Amino acid sequence: MKTQKTYTGKFILFLSLLCLVILVNLSLGSVDIPFKSIFQIIVANDSNQETWRYIILHYRLPKAITAILVGSGLSISGLLMQTLFRNPLAGPFVLGISSGASLGVAILVLGVSAFSGSLVGFAFSNIGFAIAASLGAFLVLSVVMIVAKNIKNTMSILIIGLMFGSFTAAVISILAYFSSAASLQQYVFWTFGSLGNLGWNEIIILCTITLISIGLLLTMIKPLNSLLLGENYAISLGVNLKRTRNLIMIITGLLTGVITAFSGPIAFIGLAVPHLTKLIIKTSNHKIILPAVAILGAIIMLISDIIAQLPTSEYTLPINAVTSLFGAPIVIWLLIRKRTPH
Amino acid sequence: MQVNNKHIVQTSNLAIGYQTKKQQTCVVDNINLSLNKGKFACILGKNGIGKSTLLRTLTKVQPKLSGEILINKYPLETISNHELAKKMSLVLTERIPDSNLNVYELIALGRQPYTNWIGKLNDNDLQQINLAINRVHIEDLLHKRHDELSDGQLQKVMIARALAQDTELIILDEPTAHLDIHNKIELFSLLNNLSKDLQKTILISTHEIHLALQLADELWLMNDNGIVSGSTEDLIDDGSVSKLFSSNLVKFDIKSKQFIINTD
Repeated sequence: MKTQKTYTGKFILFLSLLCLVILVNLSLGSVDIPFKSIFQIIVANDSNQETWRYIILHYRLPKAITAILVGSGLSISGLLMQTLFRNPLAGPFVLGISSGASLGVAILVLGVSAFSGSLVGFAFSNIGFAIAASLGAFLVLSVVMIVAKNIKNTMSILIIGLMFGSFTAAVISILAYFSSAASLQQYVFWTFGSLGNLGWNEIIILCTITLISIGLLLTMIKPLNSLLLGENYAISLGVNLKRTRNLIMIITGLLTGVITAFSGPIAFIGLAVPHLTKLIIKTSNHKIILPAVAILGAIIMLISDIIAQLPTSEYTLPINAVTSLFGAPIVIWLLIRKRTPH
Repeated sequence: MQVNNKHIVQTSNLAIGYQTKKQQTCVVDNINLSLNKGKFACILGKNGIGKSTLLRTLTKVQPKLSGEILINKYPLETISNHELAKKMSLVLTERIPDSNLNVYELIALGRQPYTNWIGKLNDNDLQQINLAINRVHIEDLLHKRHDELSDGQLQKVMIARALAQDTELIILDEPTAHLDIHNKIELFSLLNNLSKDLQKTILISTHEIHLALQLADELWLMNDNGIVSGSTEDLIDDGSVSKLFSSNLVKFDIKSKQFIINTD
């Protein structure tokens, strides 16, 4: 009897596409660097052009790795939230993490600058933003988890997350209302998102957190699959629902918290990539869909980054605008096409 | 309580209901029931009498108020979720969330209590899944997505999943609720056959009184005075069935084994 399909072909396609997109991503920018030289620089650490070497190793490679980690991390988080809440509209930020991070940065930029000018130098450094965003995200996630601790109904957690989102948005509005145009602009720039702010040290942190999360996730594949039948069936199959729920929330919090801290609240990827993946790979088995979502997330983030730097060689578009501007119509088109009878 | 080796389910002085911080709401108390291996039992009673509360309590979804529940001779509260999954499988009324899950994958999930940490299916798992599929005759549905099935097909698939879970006891909550008469009869005789051929102990809640009277080995009748249980013939003979609805609107016709409109 035929059992489960294998998806080796599609995975090979995904991985080849990923390699291609990485190469294109590295070669594009204000200076065109041919593929051959990129190979030489990365593999042999050797190039006849010292400036190319510098651009690749200190600017483009960190940015590409950031794009991969951010794309994978957000997409995995989105998939986890969609499975946990059994809701196709859930994304990585439903637990209020992005609102928390935004609040942290808003307080730093809008609040601190209003009271003292001396802190500005530290506050507006990348690391200052990252710390503020982490603290904010962690704070809101903790509150949501404490409130959720005694709640039996998982749907209520979704609503609590959304309520915290509205609450923090209101606080940010008030802060924005009383702040100067200059600091408001700083805040707005952060919300645009950016993949280019990370040095190698930050990348190591991001990479470590991503690997830890993926390691934890491997042990969650069985409970995640049983959740596809709904919570009561999952329990009847021996799943410890509370433990599973907490672990999923912690992993999501960790991943999206760190990503948002370093690269801003990047929208859309986490919501859309799981849907796109499920259109291409028609399974819900997390053993297959989790790695697929991670790879596709990386590919789409890299493509978004390519689009962001294409229009002119001097400027790059805000990454947060690109992901939604180009992503949303594509997902709508795919879903409409799927519904049309052939 | 006296422990009987044949009993798969046994309760003594069980009280069921809802417990909040402030107060206890007892739905039914003094429940003394037992169910032997290989029996097909139906819980009958009007809406709101506590059938679901009883099933939820027996399946550990909701805590009991007092008394004792034994599953395979062990007190229910001492059995871990994981151990319970190997003793008791469920077919619930709740809708399955949207996903790409196909029928084969859905049935295979029934093997989760036995598979390793990453859920790999070994030869025995595959064999159990195939047995379940053959038993319920759904070979032609395997590659359909679960939301492409009719209600009758879905119910059969969920029963196959419960069979793949390989438990002595299978509990179904109103399994015929959305089915037409043909599917209702087919499902009842399937459950009856499973109890006879595979020695499965099957407990369902249902409103299909005439089917239950024809096919069930035992009835658990719930009315305002509590629960009476026994073999179907005994309960018809001693008049318990006719007391199921304490209303002048319907009466039980012993000849046809059906409730009919009271024209007296």
